[in-house]
Amino acid sequence: MKLKSLLIVLLATIGVVACRKKDDPVAANNTNTNTTPQDSSTQLKISFDNVVNGMAVQLTTGKYANANGDSFSVTMYKYYISNISLYTDANAEYKESESYHLVNEDLKDSKSFTIKNLPAGNYVKIKFLIGVDSARNVSGAQTGALDPLNSMFWDWNTGYIMAKIEGTSTNATGNNFAFHIGGFTGFYNTLRWVTLTLPANAIVAKGKQPGIHIRSEIKEWFQTPNLIDFSKMSFVASTGTKAVNIADNYADMFSVDHIDN
Amino acid sequence: MKKGIIIAAILSIASASLFTACKPDPDFDAVKTEELSFKIPQGWPIPYYQFENNKVSQANFELGRKLFFDTRLSKDNTISCGSCHQAFSAFAQLDHAVSHGVQDKLGTRNSPALFNLNWHTSFFWDGGVNHIESQPINPIQNPVEMDENLGNIITKLSADNTYKQMFTSAWGNDTINSQRIFKSLAMFMGMLVSSNSKYDKYKRGEAGGNMTAEELSGYEIYKAKCSSCHTEPLFSDFSYKNNGLPPTSVNDSGRAHITRAAADMYKFKVPSLRNLAYTMPFMHDGRFDNLDRVLDHYAGGIHQSPTLEPQLQNGIQLNSQQRSDLLAFLNTLNDESFVKDSRFQQPK
Repeated sequence: MKLKSLLIVLLATIGVVACRKKDDPVAANNTNTNTTPQDSSTQLKISFDNVVNGMAVQLTTGKYANANGDSFSVTMYKYYISNISLYTDANAEYKESESYHLVNEDLKDSKSFTIKNLPAGNYVKIKFLIGVDSARNVSGAQTGALDPLNSMFWDWNTGYIMAKIEGTSTNATGNNFAFHIGGFTGFYNTLRWVTLTLPANAIVAKGKQPGIHIRSEIKEWFQTPNLIDFSKMSFVASTGTKAVNIADNYADMFSVDHIDN
Repeated sequence: MKKGIIIAAILSIASASLFTACKPDPDFDAVKTEELSFKIPQGWPIPYYQFENNKVSQANFELGRKLFFDTRLSKDNTISCGSCHQAFSAFAQLDHAVSHGVQDKLGTRNSPALFNLNWHTSFFWDGGVNHIESQPINPIQNPVEMDENLGNIITKLSADNTYKQMFTSAWGNDTINSQRIFKSLAMFMGMLVSSNSKYDKYKRGEAGGNMTAEELSGYEIYKAKCSSCHTEPLFSDFSYKNNGLPPTSVNDSGRAHITRAAADMYKFKVPSLRNLAYTMPFMHDGRFDNLDRVLDHYAGGIHQSPTLEPQLQNGIQLNSQQRSDLLAFLNTLNDESFVKDSRFQQPK
């Protein structure tokens, strides 16, 4: 019986939770999805370089122009990277467990992180989600990168802001623009998967410190397929067509710059 | 029905295992655990939330209760959750169409009663929040309610040794973070079960459940005229409906504010009919002071609009006897033991 087995699982869960007295029971939620054996001494660093025209973005001071010819500066730039999968040349998939990262241009430490204890191998491809998967948008209070304290959470219409850019532009009404992109269901889903083939193998092995350097090109927020004219659209802070259009724009903003081995 | 009993039985075995399996843990002694059993009332459906990934314990409940009644959750330390959700008012705010936030700022919607929340699939009149643990952040951050940010709250609570002890008792160490705050609040709010009205006793065949002829007649009228939205036993189906209230100058779009769908204009979450004696005024904006006004609205005040609930096209017509019988039945849905439950009162 379905109900019976559900209850047995529930009972077992309560039993387990009750005995984890030194830990948060919340940790029991964080299931490890690794299915391959782990090597305790391997690592892979993933870095995000946020750029405009290929050059590191200078918050506040950098003056840029978008595809529409509008001038702009960036004052804030944040996005979630989640559900990272890495693939070897043997097409073995490694899924990072509890894979939620908030990249914030203003916080150096947030722009790179190291995945540890992954299987040794020659990694050729990386896949990740821009944003926070729908499951974590409907599962109640979260912590770490997903803590609403990070100001990437809508309280009145539950859900994470997947990516956020704010800045100034003389072309925008009030000289400011702010695009807060969120929405995780149906037509207004702004989650976008990114798959990048690495230009060289990232060789994960004992004693090695390989790294993948990924760029996000900020100009892509404002072009292809939807050309953004700041005089017509400078503020997005809820789910809807505007948010979806911008998510479609930035879906292709990532590229691999280089690999360290 | 049978499912409910099985679940209740399994849950009580499960809670028993809390103290048999891990006896040395002082946080889970038998007496405390017994005090804090969450039981699905007989005949009720399985709740949407059963404290998954939360920690069912007396310590967590008491922490949630302290947080619920703590004014430090607001910007100027004047407003707590309990300011607008009062125990004696079934956790609504009696006699307030809308409540006062910090600096007496006024919102646009009526403070809803809080009970049987674990059966709710969404929160707020527009259903914008999808999880009980994600609910408190909204009033906390709302500029006309508590107008506070989470960082400040954590700073304030971290300076209080009582909280450090209570977080340690509830969560194993004195780390105070938003997740723990929200889960503890959900622990308290989820335990607010109201299931001991006269109606409930009648359904269970218990002492005190003898309905009068008038009440039974009202029950039949309820079934014929109200039950399709205010469904037993929670007395809401938790759907969103436009019940024909003429829009005011606020022009609250309701559910459409969340879904952006024209089909959801002026729809609001169907409230429960339980505990109405404690929760007036009524409707999403508290426009009706008493139930007679509500029934007057359904009789002759329906505002026609494209999203009006079809069943209300012609209103709900009752003669005076039917009306008084229906009111008599609604009165059997008031649960005095709930509003007076000592576990749910503001800690001294």
